[in-house]
Amino acid sequence: MYIYDQIDQQFVDERVAQFRDQTRRFLAGELGEEEFKALRLRNGLYLQRYAPMLRVAIPYGMLSSRQLRKLAHIARTYDKGYGHFSTRQNIQYNWPKLEQVPDILAELANVQMHAIQTSGNCVRNITTDHFAGVAPDEIVNPMVWCEILRQWSTFHPEFNFLPRKFKIAVNGAEQDRAAIQVHDIGINAVRNEAGEIGFRILVGGGLGRTPIIGVVVREFLPWQHLLSYLDAILRVYNCYGRRDNLYKARIKILVKERTPDKFREEVEAEWQHLKDGPATLIEAEVERVAARFTVPAYETLPAQDASLQAALSADKAFARWHQRNVHAHKMPGYAAVTLSLKKSGVAPGDATAEQMEAVAELADQYSFGELRVSHEQNLILSDVKLADLYSVWSTARYYGLVTPNIGLLTNIIACPGGDFCSLANAKSIPVALAIQERFDDLDYLHDIGELDLNISGCMNSCGHHHVGNIGILGVDKQGAEFYQISIGGSQGNNAAIGKVIGPSFAQEEVPDVIEKLIQLYLAQRDSEHERFADTVRRIGIEPFKQHIYGNAHKESQHRQRELANP
Amino acid sequence: MATLIKNRSIVSESWQTLNSADDLAALSPDAGVLAPLALWQTHGAALRARPGKVGVWLNSHEDPASIAKELPSFDVVAVNFPKFADGRGYSIARLLRERYGYTGELRAIGDVLRDQLQDLERCGFDAFELRSDQDAQAALGAFADFSNQYQTSALQPVPLFRRRLA
Ligand code: SF4
Repeated sequence: MYIYDQIDQQFVDERVAQFRDQTRRFLAGELGEEEFKALRLRNGLYLQRYAPMLRVAIPYGMLSSRQLRKLAHIARTYDKGYGHFSTRQNIQYNWPKLEQVPDILAELANVQMHAIQTSGNCVRNITTDHFAGVAPDEIVNPMVWCEILRQWSTFHPEFNFLPRKFKIAVNGAEQDRAAIQVHDIGINAVRNEAGEIGFRILVGGGLGRTPIIGVVVREFLPWQHLLSYLDAILRVYNCYGRRDNLYKARIKILVKERTPDKFREEVEAEWQHLKDGPATLIEAEVERVAARFTVPAYETLPAQDASLQAALSADKAFARWHQRNVHAHKMPGYAAVTLSLKKSGVAPGDATAEQMEAVAELADQYSFGELRVSHEQNLILSDVKLADLYSVWSTARYYGLVTPNIGLLTNIIACPGGDFCSLANAKSIPVALAIQERFDDLDYLHDIGELDLNISGCMNSCGHHHVGNIGILGVDKQGAEFYQISIGGSQGNNAAIGKVIGPSFAQEEVPDVIEKLIQLYLAQRDSEHERFADTVRRIGIEPFKQHIYGNAHKESQHRQRELANP
Repeated sequence: MATLIKNRSIVSESWQTLNSADDLAALSPDAGVLAPLALWQTHGAALRARPGKVGVWLNSHEDPASIAKELPSFDVVAVNFPKFADGRGYSIARLLRERYGYTGELRAIGDVLRDQLQDLERCGFDAFELRSDQDAQAALGAFADFSNQYQTSALQPVPLFRRRLA
């Protein structure tokens, strides 16, 4: 946990005062609708279909138990008793009252939190690996770099009105767990031959309407130059990114239209002016930021724990959970634990105030009072002793947080969709619930093995459906809610964009279609080690299409039926 | 009439912002004028020959490099914000100050609103022609919204991390 100093605190306090005044002026009619919109979005406030929605930043997914209790308190006091953890390490409240938002922001500021730049055409909350700081394969602790970037991006005077929103992800390990290839800028720590630390910089990845994998603009950027280089990228984008068409305004379009090589040249030319200037980072600052992070007081423990082994052989349900939801840790005798917010019957990523408080308590008791929020919309206790795993499981089970489905089909990533979001074409949550219900049998679920299923309610792709092994997208068919299904997407080092299998389906058809995809996979996989994504990669999407739509004739029939009867 | 803020105080100066050559005829000789870049490029000499003050204004898509050489000769350089959400002017200002070394008056014109003033100032503007519906007196408060800044900028080239360690 990064602990604010006085200056950091002053920024968030002043932000509260500023927004309080803006809200007052808006309510008094002194500030126009459109101008207030730009300002409130920069504080994460949307005016949604049914009520405002407030998006609160959880910078790089790190939370203390004290902060989580505050989030629970806000859910209970200003909302309907729950919150929704999003795919970008934020929490969203769906029912706050506009007049109370300044008070909510003041409550957040009391625990060093904020909603700054969680929306709007500016640099958004910077995301990272949810195992940051504890992963065994880490090159640097990405949280230190994320905090440096949080400060750089907070109220950046030049880049507050970009052509479009701007998302940055940082990964500090060899394995990419931050989806850096599908961000406006993806940053991966690397070491050069001399052993020095630097970053590989990708630009122009993104989901949305035009899904695309980012291109490398620099293989190795020495860490000292990180801020000036980002300034150069953002300046080129700010000056030349398209502002005439909302759908062409992301940096990925600029990179494409310019060509990656030309874009890279422009950035390099701009950077030559900024390089070695005052924005050049210095060792002392990196050390200062690192030192403001709390460091867990790890004990020296053996790598194995006898009581854990005993519990694993005695309790099958625990063993199953351990297999899916417990992850390797850099310290011997410790593990990271995912508390699943994907219980069937509950909207993915939703947590009640009571659950949040229970998790805060668990964090205090077993994980140095800290936890993480993952882009898969789960909570993670990052530093649990092996000997405590059984106790954690027993308590968390009581609160419905131990669904052993991490990495499996029912760990569905879904955006809030048409139940809450005014941009939606279709609902996401009922589709997620119906699929979870269909695959409720744990033996079957575990037999299917690793599979990411993602759902977005519209092309904005908040549910990251393009990179799901199975992706579901809500589409509008002459006013009716339909779902387009794609397969073959993936996250991580081999990120890929999924391909649409054919015409879309009505809501009630979706679980059957998923079931059919799974049937074909189970019949086709060469062994149980071949995951769904591997099978799709090996045999292509054609056999799946055939299995779903039958022959081409049937496909066209389906299309006609759809047109006749949407 | 839009109010002009200069160096954080309200001033009463009257300037005429030209849009095209048609506006030249109606010009009174001593009025300060701001000419758009294209007009400046064709009528610069004539404009300079007048007794009144003269400046140029850039639109948000125009490259400040095109006036870099002449910068010291302007009384004012202005940058237009066609819409407040068009953020190109912030980069233009920084380039004028930090790259091309412009030290004279740099004025934001167009859709200039209270809640932008502090960022504009940080990027190098020192004069602001507010949109006519803005309460200029109240807008002056915006310069104090935030008492510090993390980044390097035209106003404060030394980023906070260097000042913190000093
Ligand atoms: S993907 Fe569309 S429907 Fe879902 S949250 Fe984003 S904007 Fe709303």
